[in-house]
Amino acid sequence: MDTPQYNTDIVRSFILWSVIWGLVAIVVGLVVSVQMTNPELNFPPYFTFGRLRPLHTNAGIYGWAVGVIFATFYYIVQRLCKVRIWSDKLATFQLWFFNATIIAAAISLLLGFNTSKEYHELEWPVDIMVVVLWVAFAINIIMTIIKRQEEQMYISLWYMMAAIIGVAILYLVNAAEVPVSLFKSYSIYAGTNDANVQWWFGHNAVAMVLTAPPLAMFYYFLPKTTGVPIYSHKISIISFWSLIFMYLWTGTHHLLWTPVPDWIQTLAMAFSLMLIAPSWGSVINGYLSMKGQWHQMRDNYLVKFLIIGITFYGLQTLQGPMQAIRSFSAFIHYTDWVPAHIHMGTMGWVSMIAFASIYYLVPRIYGKELYSIQLANLHFWLILIGQLIWSISLWIAGVLQAGMWNAMNPDGSLTYTFMETMVEMYPYWWARTIGGVIFLAGVLVFVFNLIKTIRGGESLVSSAVPVEGRA
Amino acid sequence: MWEKRPILFLILATAAIMTGTTITMIVPFLSVNTEADRIESVKPYTPLQQEGRDVYIREGCNNCHTQTVRPLVSEVLRYGEYSKSGEFVYDRPFLWGSKRTGPDLARLGGKYPDAWHYKHMASPRTMIPGSNMPDYGWLSKNPLDPDLARRKMKVLDFPYTEKQIADLATKNEMDAIVAYLQKLGNDIPWRKAAQTTIVGDLKNPFIGNKDAIEAGEHLYENSCAPCHGEDRQGEIGPELTDIDMDDADLYEIIHNGISDGGMPAFGSLGSEKVWQLVNYLKEKDDD
Repeated sequence: MDTPQYNTDIVRSFILWSVIWGLVAIVVGLVVSVQMTNPELNFPPYFTFGRLRPLHTNAGIYGWAVGVIFATFYYIVQRLCKVRIWSDKLATFQLWFFNATIIAAAISLLLGFNTSKEYHELEWPVDIMVVVLWVAFAINIIMTIIKRQEEQMYISLWYMMAAIIGVAILYLVNAAEVPVSLFKSYSIYAGTNDANVQWWFGHNAVAMVLTAPPLAMFYYFLPKTTGVPIYSHKISIISFWSLIFMYLWTGTHHLLWTPVPDWIQTLAMAFSLMLIAPSWGSVINGYLSMKGQWHQMRDNYLVKFLIIGITFYGLQTLQGPMQAIRSFSAFIHYTDWVPAHIHMGTMGWVSMIAFASIYYLVPRIYGKELYSIQLANLHFWLILIGQLIWSISLWIAGVLQAGMWNAMNPDGSLTYTFMETMVEMYPYWWARTIGGVIFLAGVLVFVFNLIKTIRGGESLVSSAVPVEGRA
Repeated sequence: MWEKRPILFLILATAAIMTGTTITMIVPFLSVNTEADRIESVKPYTPLQQEGRDVYIREGCNNCHTQTVRPLVSEVLRYGEYSKSGEFVYDRPFLWGSKRTGPDLARLGGKYPDAWHYKHMASPRTMIPGSNMPDYGWLSKNPLDPDLARRKMKVLDFPYTEKQIADLATKNEMDAIVAYLQKLGNDIPWRKAAQTTIVGDLKNPFIGNKDAIEAGEHLYENSCAPCHGEDRQGEIGPELTDIDMDDADLYEIIHNGISDGGMPAFGSLGSEKVWQLVNYLKEKDDD
């Protein structure tokens, strides 16, 4: 059979733009980080913490993570289905509409048009753009799968399809709002109901954007990189179905001790603990796939990114359920512990896998050797150290502040005023900023390495890494 | 079989996703915001308060402030009565937040006088030393839009009068956000219910104790000076240089506040610290 002519231009473009939006997310992240310690660096009305923080999270999730998802899914789906994507035109439309949406999102957030719902701040006109974008993507991926030349659908395709449906359901339900003007709307849900819907969305956006898609990448790129297959197909099946079944019950663990009915909180807590099993199913499947291949951790920089990435996924999915237990939540919730948890996931898991995927793709779609493996290793260590400083300093800060919030005198009064606890946070917030700077340095090394590879890298001569899909 | 049939796969995946969704997200609509959790005294926002709420949303205040008090000892002591579902039926969207870089605001309404809020919003650090809140004085330069406000009230189906709408023309965004903050948590009479009744004789345990006076001075600088002035000369609150009041009465005022006069209750500091303040205030008095 002839090798199909794959569309690689679309993969190139999405990689380029996702890296650009990723840089924006990190830089804005650093700005809000410094604003926490130096409030005089707020420049109203557009550049205050309250407006920039949603820009940071939206650029990170919708620009960087979703951009990489688009790039890698278009690459993976063509290989696993052995056909070119269903529609090149639709994909090109999607690329430019993606950038238009991210720009519209950034501008509207700076102008203060926001719904206040976390990770769903965009007002209704931009919401509609997001929906159009996702529908275009969904059609293209699903149609490619339907007209595939390979009967069996590999694990990565399952996670892709689940993510596509999941995001669609979550986003549409949580977006239900009544417009008052072009830039202002009110949620159709009120109070406790609104909170419950929002965190059903919020937590499962993590499942469907920051868990299922990176797993799709991991299951594809790990065997491709090591040259040995995934250890157990059975574990993959069990992990997949139990993951997408259980995740949806857990959103309310963000709302423990709030007025949301107790029974929902209890279900959320129970399912969060059960979720350890399918999460670790993938972690263990990944580890066991390395059997006899552990030397590649030393020889192959890509394996290092992938295995450390899945390790942080494992840590993340132990820490998460711990926070979902009522008694621990009572102590730690609302402190800096929580952003530390999130950033272990985004910087340690999602970004590690995203970087690995891009390192895998770029030489193949450009037909160039990677400019420097040493620089890739430097990149690895900088982002690892940066993220550890970031998270560990704020875990300490969170425990410290939670302890002070709960401290009581013998006469039953509180030991500390709120401000006495808050001012203790400053040194840790500074440490977090330093962690962020180191992480950014690592990403700049990565970008430099990519540019050098694409611009001047040596052409691939060995047939080990064939240039795929170029005529 | 499902591994070879994408349409079947999509149906199964949707079913898996919708199971938990139905039970934990759709079913609760049957009981939440119904007669079951209704609180009669909770009222919708006035046009001015709603405008303030929208400023709160626009400026992303919910990124640093929560609005829900959990039923935990330290939390109720710090912020007040724990939050009830029925208190939020007019909140579209909800604003419970997820991070307390600043304190919870669910029970802020009525804690401080309006003048405190105007001053604090314009310059947080003059009122709260060490705060990292941005300045929001610029809000007072932004007028409100009465026509848009009317449209909002119609969409939300809240009662309003044309006079309330017309009055917005004379107000600005700062007036609106202060009006909103003063409503927070105030629809149930929790402040009265939470007030401690002091029983028995109050006896000053620190008379003439220099350490207590020094500690009281430190407490004064942090908790009292923003309203009563560095030198007790009075600003938002009255001057405190010449207090003609016995120790027990002074203790009671600091401990319980004066709700009509805008004096917050400082009972959460604990009796020891309140006595330290009493001794500091009385000691300077004797000079």
